[in-house]
Amino acid sequence: MTHHTSPAIELRGAGKAFRTPSGALHTAVRELDLTVERGEFVAVVGPTGCGKSTTLTLVSGLEEPTEGEVLVGGEPVRGIGGDVGFVFQQDAVFPWRTVLSNVMAGPRFRGVAKTEARERARDWLARVGLSAFEDRYPHQLSGGQRKRVALAATFVNDPSILLMDEPFSALDVQTRALMSDQLLELWAGTGSSVVFVTHDLEESIALADKVVVMTAGPATVKEVFTIDLPRPRKVEEVRLEPRFVEIYREIWSSLGEEVRITRERGTADAA
Amino acid sequence: MPPESVALAQPATKPTDRTAARARAVRNRTLLVQGCRLLVLAAVLGLWEWFARTGVIDPFNFSMPSRIWDQIWTWTAHGTAQGPLGAQIWATLYEALYGWVIGVAAGVLLGIALGRVRFLADVFGPYVKILNAMPRIVLAPIFLIWFGLGPASKIASAVVLVFFPVFFNAFQGAREVDRNLVANARILGASDRRVTFQVVIPSATSWIFTSLHISFGFALIGAIVGEYIGATEGIGLLVANSQGTLNSAGVYAAMVILAVVALAAEGLLTLVEKRLFRWKPVQPGAER
Repeated sequence: MTHHTSPAIELRGAGKAFRTPSGALHTAVRELDLTVERGEFVAVVGPTGCGKSTTLTLVSGLEEPTEGEVLVGGEPVRGIGGDVGFVFQQDAVFPWRTVLSNVMAGPRFRGVAKTEARERARDWLARVGLSAFEDRYPHQLSGGQRKRVALAATFVNDPSILLMDEPFSALDVQTRALMSDQLLELWAGTGSSVVFVTHDLEESIALADKVVVMTAGPATVKEVFTIDLPRPRKVEEVRLEPRFVEIYREIWSSLGEEVRITRERGTADAA
Repeated sequence: MPPESVALAQPATKPTDRTAARARAVRNRTLLVQGCRLLVLAAVLGLWEWFARTGVIDPFNFSMPSRIWDQIWTWTAHGTAQGPLGAQIWATLYEALYGWVIGVAAGVLLGIALGRVRFLADVFGPYVKILNAMPRIVLAPIFLIWFGLGPASKIASAVVLVFFPVFFNAFQGAREVDRNLVANARILGASDRRVTFQVVIPSATSWIFTSLHISFGFALIGAIVGEYIGATEGIGLLVANSQGTLNSAGVYAAMVILAVVALAAEGLLTLVEKRLFRWKPVQPGAER
């Protein structure tokens, strides 16, 4: 069966153009070719605002490509698939639901019985260390805790594809390292394939098996680097290793150029 | 004694002093505000009474607080010309509440529907705008012709006044739902129906509640105007009759009673709102 041999995610010449309010056509991404194997952790880095997030919305089925093909599990994406999880950059927890109810939302939406949904939600809340907070409302939590709720709410659905859009960018540095470790721990048991979008190169190397560098917008894949650092990793320790620094230098020589192009454009726009 | 221990001892006592002083200041301020409020009320009522008694203003036209109080007392103790005062209040309240419930239900339902379904919004949008542009209070006489002197005509005018603000708020609320929340719900597996009921409606409730506060006032206006034009009972009729007999104290007394009724309803609504919005952070300065 092709279903089991095909890669988890495949983008073939995918592109997405939006119609801006003024009527002009804005190309967010173009000619994207990218393969994510099953169980692989892929980080996508690129200059700020280059269209990295668009790649995720194409894979998730929230948006359709205007060109090319997007395949998940060997099948073209049609609408939102059942085995996709998405962690957003901004808070996307439901403010009117308690922590427990937030984590139960996914299974409940998918028709799981209440008692079973509650059991699964409690299990994941325990794994992210929020068991004591299940009756709180999101506004009573810190940013890091809310992010943990979002992680639990995503993992509870047991997604085989995990899409993350700069999930930790709003957190402070220490919380961020903590969350990255926690993410690696949670992910290790699931065997799911991850696409993690970020503009932080260190974060991407520390987390991923493969780092994809995007060009300045309209974005396309510039280069793909394999990260051969051993697992399990602790993000704050791994970044001190000589190999890490070596990889960092290598990828930065590719990414830095795109960042410079974006910056120059920014100053040109401002002038 | 080494100098450090002296330095350490001082800050240990100071904060409690400061907390007490701060608490005292807050208490004093509250007392001052409430005292001044009473003073303003007393000054306005006192001046009114004084001007009316000394003939600076004509007490026949402008009445005076003591007469208004007497009027309320007479109505309470001996009933009005149309029957007991309680029955009049209840009649008006009944019409206002009935109209309010219908108006709110229709407004929320249609607001959410049009906010969620683009096609409906495109088709009905212009008509809603046209209807909203009409001064709807002029419909009251028409309702009187259609539905007669009974409560139905008042309920109808309350409905048309309540519907629009509620509708527009529900519509706006449904439109301005955080796109991330909707995307998240859809990814988590929510159907369109679930998105409407579990994301759109909860996040539109704060919009809707804003309109509920003002719309109950509108419902009262609808009921009163309806009664004023033609009715067999109610506070609006009390106003009309007082005016007809040139009893200005009666008009004012009816106004006072109405204000009390409206404030009580508002208080009840706030109570419900607090219960419903436990998930919201308390905004600084919102507590009064």
